[in-house]
Amino acid sequence: MLLMDPSRKISFNRCIRDGDLVIVYERHDIMKAVKVCENSVFQNRFGLFKHSDWIGKPFGSKVFSNKGGFIYLLAPTPELWTLVLSHRTQILYIADISFVIMYLEIVPGCLVLESGTGSGSLTTSLARAVAPTGHVYTFDFHEQRAASAREDFERTGVNTLVTVGVRDIQGEGFLDEFSGSADSVFLDLPQPWLAIPSAGKMLKQDGVLCSFSPCIEQVQRSCETLRSNFTDIRTFEILLRTYEVREWKMDCSKVDDGGSVACPPGKRRRQPSSEGSVRDNPSCAAVMARASAEARGHTGYLTFARLKCMS
Amino acid sequence: MSESKPESGPVPNPRVTWEGCSVLLDINDGDRLVFARLSAGSTLKIGNKTFSLKPLIGCPFGSLFQVESGKEKPYLSRFVPPTEENNVQDEGSCQLQEESRDNRAIIDNNQAQSLTGEDIEAMRRQGATGDEIVEALVANSATFEKKTQFSQEKYRLKKQKKYAPRVLLRRPFSRSICEAYFKKYPARIGFLRVDALSLLLSMANVTANSDVLVVDMVGGLVTGAVAERLGGTGSVCSTYLGGTPYPIEIIRMFNFSNEICKRILRCTFNDLCSVQNETGEQVNQHEDVCAMESQSNEKTSLSVSTEDVHLSSKNGDTDLVPENELSTSSKTCKAPKAGEKATKEVIQSWKENGFSSLIVAAPEQDAWSLVKDLLPLLTYSAPFAIYHQYLQPLATCMHNLQHEKMAIGLQISEPWLREYQVLPSRTHPCMQMSGTGGYILSGLELETWQFFTGKELQAMARQEIFRSCNILLHSQPQDLTIFRARKTMGVPSRQLSSKTQTAEPQAEEPPSPTSSTSSSQHQNEVAEEVGPSKVDKPTTPSASSNS
Repeated sequence: MLLMDPSRKISFNRCIRDGDLVIVYERHDIMKAVKVCENSVFQNRFGLFKHSDWIGKPFGSKVFSNKGGFIYLLAPTPELWTLVLSHRTQILYIADISFVIMYLEIVPGCLVLESGTGSGSLTTSLARAVAPTGHVYTFDFHEQRAASAREDFERTGVNTLVTVGVRDIQGEGFLDEFSGSADSVFLDLPQPWLAIPSAGKMLKQDGVLCSFSPCIEQVQRSCETLRSNFTDIRTFEILLRTYEVREWKMDCSKVDDGGSVACPPGKRRRQPSSEGSVRDNPSCAAVMARASAEARGHTGYLTFARLKCMS
Repeated sequence: MSESKPESGPVPNPRVTWEGCSVLLDINDGDRLVFARLSAGSTLKIGNKTFSLKPLIGCPFGSLFQVESGKEKPYLSRFVPPTEENNVQDEGSCQLQEESRDNRAIIDNNQAQSLTGEDIEAMRRQGATGDEIVEALVANSATFEKKTQFSQEKYRLKKQKKYAPRVLLRRPFSRSICEAYFKKYPARIGFLRVDALSLLLSMANVTANSDVLVVDMVGGLVTGAVAERLGGTGSVCSTYLGGTPYPIEIIRMFNFSNEICKRILRCTFNDLCSVQNETGEQVNQHEDVCAMESQSNEKTSLSVSTEDVHLSSKNGDTDLVPENELSTSSKTCKAPKAGEKATKEVIQSWKENGFSSLIVAAPEQDAWSLVKDLLPLLTYSAPFAIYHQYLQPLATCMHNLQHEKMAIGLQISEPWLREYQVLPSRTHPCMQMSGTGGYILSGLELETWQFFTGKELQAMARQEIFRSCNILLHSQPQDLTIFRARKTMGVPSRQLSSKTQTAEPQAEEPPSPTSSTSSSQHQNEVAEEVGPSKVDKPTTPSASSNS
C-alpha cells in the first residue's frame, strides 16, 4: 500500500508495473485484489483480461477484456483491502476501524500492540496510522492464521510496519519487552478481562486501551477489571447508515391545475436550476436520497480506557 | 520520553507538559472543557475563583488536580486517585446484596441538610479541604442514610464536584479537540462529530508522505487532523476560494512541532486550477529563473502576510477559544506558525504529481461545484471524502459524479454513535446522545482523462467538445507539452484518440432512472460552463511553445 517509500506513491506519473498489487473493480460489491504479473491473465464473466495490457496504464484506468467487457484497476488502500481480504475470522469494518484509530490517539511514530490479529483488517489501518516510524506488534494464538496474515502484509507492503507474533495473549499476556512502551493497545479477544492487566503493564502512562467485544456481558466484565488501573472508561457502539441516491420524475402538477396529485409530503425534492420549467412542466426530475434498506445492525462494543497516571 | 525543553519546541508525541504548551482541561469529568496555554501567569476560573495554572507545568498528561484551600487563596494541587481495588470489591458485593432501601420516605422539603451556606464558608475559612466539606455535608444530611447505595454515590459525586472540583490535564489531539468543540461550539466546526472526522481521515487514506488537498471551512479542524496523521511528512494543502484564506485557528490548539507546521500550506483555488501559470509564459525555463530570483523577496513578503493572518485570528481569540483562554499567556508564548502560503515550486509539484486525496468540509459551499473542479487535481484512483451536515448537497453531488462518470465506488454514509453507561447492574445506553454526526460522500477518482498535445486540444476546443475547467497541464517532456482533458458528455467520439470510451458501464453504481428531459437539461448546464474564450486560454500559448 506504498506507505514507506514516498517515491512509490501514486501520482500522475506513476503507472501500473509488473508486481504491483491492484484492486480489480467490477462493481461496488465485486472487487478482487490481484498481483500484476506480466504473463498472467484475469478472468471473470466479462471475459479474459491480460495483465500485460495493464502494465503502463495509470491506476484508476478502465481496461477491456477480449470480449469488450471492462473493469477498473484501482490503487489499493486499507479501505479497499478490508473489502477484498480473505476472511479467516470476523473482521472489523471502516466505521469501527476509523473510530478506534482516532480514539486510541494513534499518530505517526506510535508503538501499538494488537491481539488477535485475525484477518488483519484493522492491522492494515493501524500500520497506515503509525507509518513511517512507528510499529504495530500483533499477536494471534493461531499459528496458521498468523502465517496467513504475515503473507497478506507482505502482499500489501505493510510488512515493514507490522510484526506478527504467535502468542496466546489471554493466557500469557504480552511480552515483557514492551513493558511501559506501548502508546496504545487493542484487544479483540473472547475474554478480554484476562488480558487487561498485562495490557496495563505495556501501556505508557495516559496510554489508551481499546477492547472490542460483540457481547455486552464481555463489556461488563472488562469494565469491572478496567476500573482498578484505568480511568476515562467509555463504551461506544458505532454503525454506518448508507444512502441510495436516485433521480425520480415527480408529478408536480397542482390539484387545481387539473393534475392528479401534488408532490407527496415528506419527499425531499431538489429545485431544478431552471425554475421556469417547473411551472410549465408538471413532471420534474429530482435527486433524492433514502437510507439503504439493508444495514448492519451490530458489530461490537468498543470500550476505551486510559491508564491512570500515578507518578 | 524525556521532558521537552521549551526552546526546542514539543518533541514528537510528548507526554509531559512544558511551558507554552497547549492543553485541554477537563473540569469535573467532562462537565466543562477549556483550552489553555500553560505559563507562569496563566489562570483558570472555576466558579468564582481563579487558579494559577503554574502547578500544571511539567506534569504528565493525564494527571488529575484538585482544588485545595491554601493559606492565602485556594490552589490546584496534584491529586493521585486511590487505587480502587477496595471500591471494586465494594461494588461487587453491593451487586449481590439486595437493595432494601427506596425513596418512599424521602420528602423534598429542602430541610434535609442542616449545614447552612454560612457554616460551609466558615469551614472553608478554617482551612477545611473540599473532601472534608463533602464529608460534613454527608454527615449532616438527614436523608443520606435512607438513600439507596446508587443514590448515595450520586449525592457524594455531586457535592465533590461543587466543593472539591477536579481538573484533568488532557493532551490536545484531534480527538479531544473535536469533542470539545462539538460539545461547546458545534456550529463552528460545521457539526462535524469526532466519528465523522475519523471516517473522513480513513476514507481519504490520510497517511505519512501523502499530499492531501483540503477545503476546510470548519476552523482548521480538518487541516489539523490531517497534519496530525501526516506527522511531519508529505503536505496538507488548505485551499480557499477568493482572496482570504479560511481561518484555521483551531490548529493552534494542537501542540504541533515546527516540522508538522511546515507541512500545513495554503493556496488559493485559482492558483491550483490555473493553467496559465505554467503554460501562460512563452518560455517555461525563463519563468523558472524568474521564480527562483523572486523567491527571496517573495518569502519576506509572504511571512508578513501570514503574520497578519495570525494577528487577526488572535484578535478573535476570546470568541473562538472556549472560555477562559488566557489572553496574556497566549501572546507571550505562541504556537509555531502553520499555514504558510505554498510556494510556486510546491504548487507545481502538486500539479505534476496530483494530490493523493481530497477532503472537503465546507458547510457554506456547494459540494458539487467544488468537487467537479477539485477532483481533476487528484491523482488517478485517489480517494476523496466530502463532509456535509445536510444530506441533499451530497446526494446531488453524488448523482452528478455518477452521471459524469468522474468517480467510482461512490457512497454516502452517515455515522451513528451511541455511548453506553456500563456499571454493575446498571448498564444501558446513555440517556442523551447526539442525533447526527453529519453525512459523508466518499469515492475514488477515475482515470477518465485523455492526453493531447496543445494543437490537438486547440482543434477540439474550437469544436467545444471539452470542459475547459478540467483541462490541466499533465507533464512536460522536453519537446512536447501534453494536456489531459475530460470529454464533455455526449460528444461524438470520432475525433478522439484510441483511448475513447465507447462501452457502456456495466451498472457499476445503482442504476439511475434518468429521464431524457433531465439529462438534456444537465447537458445544458455543462455546456454553459464551457466558454470558448476559456478554452482558448490554455491552448493558444502552448501551441506556440510546441512549434
